[in-house]
Amino acid sequence: MGARLIRWLTLVVCAALVGGALAQATLRIGLAEDPDVLDPDLARTYVGRIVFASLCDKLFDIDTTAAVVPQLATGYATAADGLTVTIDIRSGVKFHDGTDLDAEAVKYNLDRSVNLPGSNRASELAQLESVTVVDADTVELHLSTPFSPLIAQLADRAGMMVSPTAAEAAGENFGNAPVCAGPFKFVERVSQDRIVLERFADYWDAANVLIDRVVFLPIPDSSVRLANLQSGDLQMIERPAPTDLGAMRADTNLVIPSTASLGYQGITINESKGGARTDPLARDVRVREAFELAIDRNVINDVVFDGEFLVGNQPVPPTSPWYVADMPVPGRDLERARALLDEAGVDRVSFEMMVANNPEAIRTGEVIQAMVAEAGFDITLRATEFATALDLQEQGQYFAFPVGWSGRIDPDGNIHAFHTCDGGLNESGYCDPEVDELLNAARAAGTMEERYDLYRQALERYLPDRHIIYLYHTQLFFPHTVDLQGFQAYPDGLIRLQGVSLN
Amino acid sequence: MLPFIGRRVLTAIPTLLIVTLMVFGIQRALPGDPALMLAGEQQDPAVIAFIRAKYRLDEPVPVQYAVWLGQVVRGDLGVSLRTNERVLDLIASKLPVTIELSILSLLVALVIAIPTGVVAAVKKGRAADYGGTILALTGLSIPNFWLGIMLILLISVRLGWLPASGYVPLSEGVWENLRRMIMPAFVLGTGLAAVLMRQMRSSMLGVLKQDFVRTAHAKGQSGATVVVRHALRNALIPVVTILGLQLGALLSGAVLTEQVFTLPGFGKLVVDAVFNRDYAVVQGVVVVTAVAYIAINLVVDVLYAVLDPRIAAR
Amino acid sequence: MSLEAAVAREAPDLHALPERSGSRAWQRLARRPPAIIGALVVLLFVIVAAAAPLLAPHSPSQPDFLAVRQAPSAEYRFGTDEIGRDVLSRVIYGARASLIAGVISVAIAMGVGVPLGLLAGFYRGASDELIMRVTDAVLAFPFLILAIAMAAALGPSLTNAMIAIGIATTPTFVRLTRAQVLAVSAEDYVQAARALGASDVRIITSHVLPNSFTPLLVQATLTIAQAIIAESALSFLGLGVQPPTPSWGGMLNTAKNFLVQAPWMAIYPGLSIFFTVLAFNLFGDGLRDAFDPRDE
Repeated sequence: MGARLIRWLTLVVCAALVGGALAQATLRIGLAEDPDVLDPDLARTYVGRIVFASLCDKLFDIDTTAAVVPQLATGYATAADGLTVTIDIRSGVKFHDGTDLDAEAVKYNLDRSVNLPGSNRASELAQLESVTVVDADTVELHLSTPFSPLIAQLADRAGMMVSPTAAEAAGENFGNAPVCAGPFKFVERVSQDRIVLERFADYWDAANVLIDRVVFLPIPDSSVRLANLQSGDLQMIERPAPTDLGAMRADTNLVIPSTASLGYQGITINESKGGARTDPLARDVRVREAFELAIDRNVINDVVFDGEFLVGNQPVPPTSPWYVADMPVPGRDLERARALLDEAGVDRVSFEMMVANNPEAIRTGEVIQAMVAEAGFDITLRATEFATALDLQEQGQYFAFPVGWSGRIDPDGNIHAFHTCDGGLNESGYCDPEVDELLNAARAAGTMEERYDLYRQALERYLPDRHIIYLYHTQLFFPHTVDLQGFQAYPDGLIRLQGVSLN
Repeated sequence: MLPFIGRRVLTAIPTLLIVTLMVFGIQRALPGDPALMLAGEQQDPAVIAFIRAKYRLDEPVPVQYAVWLGQVVRGDLGVSLRTNERVLDLIASKLPVTIELSILSLLVALVIAIPTGVVAAVKKGRAADYGGTILALTGLSIPNFWLGIMLILLISVRLGWLPASGYVPLSEGVWENLRRMIMPAFVLGTGLAAVLMRQMRSSMLGVLKQDFVRTAHAKGQSGATVVVRHALRNALIPVVTILGLQLGALLSGAVLTEQVFTLPGFGKLVVDAVFNRDYAVVQGVVVVTAVAYIAINLVVDVLYAVLDPRIAAR
Repeated sequence: MSLEAAVAREAPDLHALPERSGSRAWQRLARRPPAIIGALVVLLFVIVAAAAPLLAPHSPSQPDFLAVRQAPSAEYRFGTDEIGRDVLSRVIYGARASLIAGVISVAIAMGVGVPLGLLAGFYRGASDELIMRVTDAVLAFPFLILAIAMAAALGPSLTNAMIAIGIATTPTFVRLTRAQVLAVSAEDYVQAARALGASDVRIITSHVLPNSFTPLLVQATLTIAQAIIAESALSFLGLGVQPPTPSWGGMLNTAKNFLVQAPWMAIYPGLSIFFTVLAFNLFGDGLRDAFDPRDE
C-alpha cells in the first residue's frame, strides 16, 4: 500500500516536472477569438489569419510598410496588356508532409481556391480564368481583365499553399489537420481551448525560426487575456483593450509594439437597401451631413479608447499613402448641424441604431447617442447579436449600423465592394454608375499615380454622400513580455514569428 | 423492482422527445441566418448558397428535425457549423472539464454544507443556527459571476496567488490544473453548499427527533457519537437525493463560471454556440445533458425505492 | 407512494401540509429577526426603485465626458463608469429593472404553472401525464441555458428576459401546485365533500387554494430571488435590458473589464444584487419556517 502510494506520487511529480520543462521552449500567444476552420480556402476570420501566418506560407507577403515582398514566390511579371501574370516559384521548398512545392502544386492550390465548393477565396480571385504550368518553377496566371490588386490577394489567404497530397486525401476535412509549408507545422487543436504548432525542421528559411513550439490560446475576455500575460502564463497577446494600455505601459516586464491597422470603423447608413425608405436619414443627404457634424471623433477616441486610436474620415487611415490629404477629418460643428436640419425641414430626427452586442461597441454607441442628441437626433440603441445584425443588414431592416472592416493591403479591398452598385458588401444601397466606372478603372490601372488619381476622383463623389461615415482607425498593439526578442508589428495585424526568439 | 424501473424508463422517453422538440424549435426560432454568420467578412453569395445547401438550412423545419433525430438515434450528433468538428468529439473534449469542475464544486459544497448543517441542527435556535442559516443564504444570494469577478480581482490581480483563467489538463500537471480550478470550484460550490446545508439541517432535525436517537442517548452514548454514528447516516439520504436534482443547477452555474474564468467546458461551449448560431452543437449538448439528467434522476429514484420499498409499490 | 414520499419527491424543499394560515404563524414570523430584516430590506429596495427620480442625484444615462472612470467623490458618491455616468444613480435606477424582472417573471411562472398544476393534480390521467412530461422536459434543460436560448431567440430586451425566466421557472410551480392538490385531495374532509357532491371548482376554491396559499407565497418569494439573479446573469451576457438603461447585471458586464482601473464599477452593483436577493431569501425562509408545523 505504501509502496504503491509512493510510486503514484513519484509519477505525478514527474509528470508535473516534465510538463513544466516542456513548457519552457514554448511561445504562448493569447488570441481575442477562437479561429474558425483552419483551411485557407474556407477560412473567414481575421484571427484565423494570425494562426496561418505561422502555419501556411504564401506566394507573397508584406513588410512593415505594407509593401509586397516575395515569400514562396521569388518574383512576378505582368504582361503589357495586364492579362497574363508570370510568377517565379522558389525552389527546394517542402510541405510539412515532405512533398515538394512546385509549379504543379501552385496550380493545384489556385484551382482549389477558385473551385472548392464553399471557397471564400473564389470572389477574391474572380478575375482568374486559368493557370498554366510553364516549368517546374514557373506558373502563368491568365486573367479575364487586368486586375492590379491580384498580387495583394496572393499576399493573403488566396496565396497560401497547401499540400496537394494532403488536400486530396483529407477532402473537406483538411481543416482538421492542415498541411502547409510554413515555419511551424500543425500538432493539435482543441476547439476554443488551444491550437498547438511545432517547428518544421525542413522549412525553407529554417535558420530564421528560433522557437520550438507555439500555442495559440483563444481568450475572448480582454481583462482575462491581460491577466494571463501579466502573470506570465502567456508571452504575447493580440488586441488588448485600449483602456488597459496605461496599466501595461507601467509594467516594466511588458513591451508594446504597435502600428496603424489597414482597416477602419465607421457607421453604415441604409439609404435604399431592402427597398425605398421614408426616413429623413435615408432620403436627405443634409440630414446625414448634420449627423456627421454632430459627432466629435476625438471625443469617441478619448472616452472609449483612451485616445489610443486614430481618427479618420476615409476608407484608409490618414497615415496611408492612398489618403487624400485635402479632404481632412472634419471637426464637430453643432451650429452647422442644426442649420442643416432646419434647411432639410426637420425638427428632430429619431431612429434606431443597431450596435453589436459587445461592451466596446455599446460604449461607442452610447457616446454617439449622447453627442448627437444636442444637434437634434434622438437615437435609440439596440444591442444586437452579430448573427442577427448580419441578417437584418442583408434584408435592409436597419437605419444605421456602426461596423468596421479589418482592411486589406490594397486600397481596392477597402473600397470597391462597398461603394459599387453591385458590390458584395454594399449594405447601404448606394449606387452611382460614375463611381463604378472610376473604381473599375482604378483596379485595372497599372501605376500607383494613375490609381491614386482615380481613387481620389471616386472619393470626391461618394464621400459627401455619407452613406458610410468613417470615424476612426484602430491601432494594432501586441503587448509581449521582455524575454521575447525580435518581434515587429505589421499593419495587417498578423503575428510573424520569423526572427523571433524567447530567452 | 424491475417493473418499477421499466415504468420509469418508459416515462423518460417522451420527456426526451419533448426536449429534442424544444431545443430544435428554439434554435430555429433564433433570428439570424447561420449561413450569413459562416460566410465571414466577404459575404460571398455563392458561399452562402453553398452553406445553406450543405446543412440543409433551406428545407422545411419538420424535415430538418426528422433528419436530425434520425442521426441522433444512430449516435451521430452532427458537425459543428463553425469548425467542422464532430459534435460528439467536441463534447467529449469539453466534458472532462465540466465534470472535474462539478466534482470539485461538489466536494467544496459537501465540505462546507455537512458540518455547518449538522451544527445548525444540533444547536438549533441558538446563535450557531442563525449564523449557519445566514451563511447559507449568503451563499445562495451571491451572484456567482460577481463572486468570480471579485475573487479574480482580489486573488489573481491584487495578490497574484492564482492564475486568472485557463485550463491545464490533469495529464499535463495536477498542480497546475488545481491552481486554476480552485476559484471556479469555490464559486460554484458555495451556491450548492447553501442548498445542501439547509437540507442537511432539516433532515438532521427530523432524524434527531426520532426514537432511536433518544434510545441511544438513554443508553449513555455521547452526543457526538450519536450524531455521527446514528443520525448522520440517516440524515444524509435526502441530501443525496437532492444532488441528483441539483445537477441542472450545477450546469447552469457552470455556464457563467466557465465564462468568467475562461474554462473550456460544456457551459462555455453551449453559450458560444448559441451566439454563433451553431445549431448542431447546441442541440447535441442539450440532448446529452438531458439524457444525463434523466439517467441520474432515474438512478436516484431507484435508490430511493430500494431504501423505501413503499415507493416502488405505487 | 406514501404521502410524505410523494411530496418529498415533487417538492423536496417543502415539507408536508403546512398549518393553515393563522395568527400563531404570523406571530412566529414576527419573532424572527432575520425574516423581519429581510422584509424591511425588500421594502427599502421597492421604495428606492419607485422613487428613483427623486433619489438619484444625477441622470443615469447622461454621460459626463470629462469625468470618465472617476473614483468616488462628493459629487459622484459611487464614482463614475466607463463613459462618465454616475454609478450611484445607475444603481438606484437599476433597482427597477431587477425588481420588475423578479416580480413579473414569477407572475408569469405562477400564471402558467399554478393552473397547469391544478389540472394535473386534479384530473390525473392523460393530462397529468402530458403536463408532467413537459415539465420534466423543461427541467431537464439546464435552467440558464434555456433562459439564454430563449432570450436570444426572442431578442435582447427586458421583456423577453422576463418571459424566458418565467418559462424556465414555471416547472417549480407546476410541481408544487400538483403536490398540494394531491395532498389536499387525500384528506378525509375533502373526500367527504366530494361524496356530498361538491363540484371541482368548489373544492379547488374552498380547500386547495387556501391550503396552498402559504407554500406558494414562500416559493414565490424564493423564486423572485432566483429570478433577480437570473436577470442579472442574462444582462451580464448581454441578453437583458438594452443600453443605456441601467441594470445591475449589465453594469457588471462592463465593469469586469475595468476591475483594476475602476473597481467601484463592479463592487456597488454586485453588492446591490447580493443584498436584494439575500433580503428576499431571508424573508422567504422566515415565512417557510413560520408556517412549518414540524419545526416546533
